[in-house]
Amino acid sequence: MAAEHTVKAFEQELRRLSNLISQMGGVAEAQVEAAVQAVARRDVDLAGRVLQADSQLDEYERQIEQEAVRMLALRQPMGVDLREVLAALKISADLERTGDYAANSAKRSIALAQLPAVRPASAIPRMGRLVQEMLKDVLDAYVDRDVEKAVAAWHRDEELDDLYTSLFREVLTYMMEDPRNITPCTHLLFIAKNLERAGDHATNIAETVHFLVVGQPLTGARPKGDKSSFAVVAPEPAADLPAGP
Amino acid sequence: MDTQTMTKPAAENGTKSAKMSARGVKVFYGEKRALHGIDVDIYENEVLALIGPSGCGKSTFLRTLNRMNDTIDICRVEGLITLDGADIYDPKLDVVQLRARVGMVFQKPNPFPKSIYENIIYGPKLHGLATKKDEFDAIVEQSLKRAGLWNEVKDRLMEPGTGLSGGQQQRLCIARAVAVSPEVILMDEPCSALDPIATAHIEELIDELRENFTIVIVTHNMQQAARVSQRTAFFHLGDLVEVGNTEEIFTNPRDERTQGYITGRYG
Repeated sequence: MAAEHTVKAFEQELRRLSNLISQMGGVAEAQVEAAVQAVARRDVDLAGRVLQADSQLDEYERQIEQEAVRMLALRQPMGVDLREVLAALKISADLERTGDYAANSAKRSIALAQLPAVRPASAIPRMGRLVQEMLKDVLDAYVDRDVEKAVAAWHRDEELDDLYTSLFREVLTYMMEDPRNITPCTHLLFIAKNLERAGDHATNIAETVHFLVVGQPLTGARPKGDKSSFAVVAPEPAADLPAGP
Repeated sequence: MDTQTMTKPAAENGTKSAKMSARGVKVFYGEKRALHGIDVDIYENEVLALIGPSGCGKSTFLRTLNRMNDTIDICRVEGLITLDGADIYDPKLDVVQLRARVGMVFQKPNPFPKSIYENIIYGPKLHGLATKKDEFDAIVEQSLKRAGLWNEVKDRLMEPGTGLSGGQQQRLCIARAVAVSPEVILMDEPCSALDPIATAHIEELIDELRENFTIVIVTHNMQQAARVSQRTAFFHLGDLVEVGNTEEIFTNPRDERTQGYITGRYG
């Protein structure tokens, strides 16, 4: 940020807003991590704690929105300050939604824990780790006003989409093998989708950081890797192809 | 006066036609240089806002545009300023004619101590724009309508202009400026002596006037610059730091100094 404001109170308000985002980001990261753990370890207690903690994120979002509206009305921020306030509004919404996805995954992990374990569940921690890393990177990028870091995280979403697409195919195969797999596999599918969406919100935050620092939108289409929407898995196992020469 | 080639300033692009252009404009008060070489285009039917801290040269620059600085003995202007491509500092040019084409509204409303009617027809009379009573009547009505004042004063045109409220007086001054059908109107902090409602009336008026006139406004109120102008120029210590679309200047200025000023970080 540039030199200090002549009006000290404004400076403090901007700092407070930025701190609120950092704190909220910390909670959202922890929620995603705990939700993934709850799935991986079939830990019902942990899942319950995730569900309870979700209201914290809602409260943060309300508080940030209130601060932002107050600053828009009373300070009429301009230039980088205006972008600062807009960024806080947008990022808080992304973090709140990320928290919703964590909470929904935790809820499904409770159902999963009551069902026999299915193998594709092992892919969830991998997706989870990637989402956490992306989230951590974009939040660090926000704190440090680091555009390069934000853009790097933005590109990682492709990796996440690839993981999701392959999990999607795997899960479908399991469901076809044995109808008793359908219930746990459906929950898994939704959990994976939640993580994939959480990754999209991390990329949103990366875009917001870019706008905040540079003042221009992040241009160039992000490569869309989620191909599950087009995926078709044949009901019969494909005939074994002859091995190549 | 040096003759310079009319190249566009580096920061500007686009194909809009420039009503007025400044190239390398330097202003000296005695030995002291108040402007260090200003390059800017003023486009037709657009409001250009000049902003910057006190003493930055924005009013000085405004006053070069209709040669108001000529009245100050120690003031010297270098560089080229054109109106429709013609040098306004050409020694053969009639300054009175220039000021009819480039009108001015000042910070404090300054109606003549005459009737509202007399205030309006003073300029047209001076410039011989009308001779008959019904011609003058038409000018008075049209000018007051353009300034958004007609309905408030049409029944008391013979009352003194100084008896109006501050906001009405300022609109009377705008009507007076408009009466000679200028092409460009210069406004030097036209709202700084007015309350918020009168200010809103003037701002609304500026937006309407833009259809027929080109306007350059100096203001200390950045929100006002943001509200009324299409382009904004930021002056600092006698330099034009940055000029561009108002939206761009107030959301993402290019220069650190502009950023500092508009966000209130200016030392």
